[in-house]
Amino acid sequence: MSGVRVLVGTRKGAFVLSADGKRERWEVSGPHFAGWEIYHVKGSPADPDRLYASQCSSWSGQVIQRSDDGGATWEPVGNKFTYDGVPGTHQWYDGTPHPWEFERVWHLEPALDDPDTVYAGVEDAGLFRSADGGQNWEELAGLRGHGSGPSWQPGAGGMCLHTIILDPSRPGRMFAAISAAGAFRSDDSGQSWTPVNRGLQSGGIPDPDAEVGHCVHRLAMHPSRPEVLYMQKHWDVMRSDDAGESWHEVSGNLPTDFGFPIDVHAHEPDTIYVVPITSDAEHFPPEGKLRVYRSRTGGDEWEPLTRGLPQQHCYVNVLRDAMAVDSLDSCGVYFGTTGGQVYSSPDAGDTWAPIVRDLPAVLSVEVQTLP
Amino acid sequence: MIRVVLPAHLRALARISGEVELDVTGPVTQCAVLDALEARYPTLCGTIRDHDGGARRAFIRFFACEQDLSHQDPHTPLPEPVTRGAEPYLIVAAMAGG
Repeated sequence: MSGVRVLVGTRKGAFVLSADGKRERWEVSGPHFAGWEIYHVKGSPADPDRLYASQCSSWSGQVIQRSDDGGATWEPVGNKFTYDGVPGTHQWYDGTPHPWEFERVWHLEPALDDPDTVYAGVEDAGLFRSADGGQNWEELAGLRGHGSGPSWQPGAGGMCLHTIILDPSRPGRMFAAISAAGAFRSDDSGQSWTPVNRGLQSGGIPDPDAEVGHCVHRLAMHPSRPEVLYMQKHWDVMRSDDAGESWHEVSGNLPTDFGFPIDVHAHEPDTIYVVPITSDAEHFPPEGKLRVYRSRTGGDEWEPLTRGLPQQHCYVNVLRDAMAVDSLDSCGVYFGTTGGQVYSSPDAGDTWAPIVRDLPAVLSVEVQTLP
Repeated sequence: MIRVVLPAHLRALARISGEVELDVTGPVTQCAVLDALEARYPTLCGTIRDHDGGARRAFIRFFACEQDLSHQDPHTPLPEPVTRGAEPYLIVAAMAGG
């Protein structure tokens, strides 16, 4: 019988949540790597037993863990992330030059067709690739070396490369997003990059037409329609119908268009999900009501999804990598909160229930659909 | 034989229980002890000192014989009781954060 495996990264360890296709009864495994920050855990599309995890701490830096048995056991692999050549500088918060310094891996994206190839998005923003299962890492320096690199500035959470999307229909095409530089596209497997931020409006940046400087929080794509991208920006929910060449706003009737995650239904490319957050200063849901908003029209028209979610006194946040969908016939949607809850909806968002309520603050949620 | 005590989170990472005992050839310095430690447990590379240049990570400290050695030249010989295994070389995670 088919099932799902939810991979949860938290401030104090990783957890693996497993269920059969009904998604009613859950087994909880963890904490793995107890006490460490787990920014992201993700499985290979080519081999679901191959998982990668980003483990880090202020004391001992970065560790990458790899599992070959679906998270039952783990082995540390390579953790040497060295920027290509002389790293140079980007802008610091006050606009002064600041040396590029590796801090941590935010996001791991296994290749679509090879379990040994995996990409890592790091802070300070850069993109790395391993072709040997995470043992050795090499920077794809064309991104950081894009001419705009010295003008990139960190967002409040650091200057992180947090989103990597691989286009399944066009080998070599990939997207990356950086806070607070913007979105970028490569058509040559990451060797060279183009900023794709036309149409984004970001209050407070000096040049509204600047090609970089936008605080993109998350990108999402449906694999069957890869030219359409969705974006949750610092403020604004955006859509592109031409692989990022231009963007238009689809915030529509959302109560607020600030937020972090955005995701797409597994079988309906026009059904998308966001979690509106009050503001950049108030990182919690409006009115203390935790509501996922769903659009079945590719944006603009949104409906609140509340059944099973707390509708009073709820002041958690949902971080950018903390939402995922499974690909079972009835699409499951999952998200984790900074309050340690992981919610599941087995019916595309109509109803929700917590899988766990009391984990450490959730940093990331991924889900694998298992045969 | 050199005795090395690691903080709990690094013992867990490298799957070590108790003290580590190392044979160090040549002068027994902090650098030589850490080289030997990382050679036996490659997982610890980058978690105590930087990959490049070997600088101590900011929240890691080194002690032996009730002395803080964190700021000593890493090529300075360690105290004699450490070199003969009477005292351990302590790698300590700073009490910081929340």
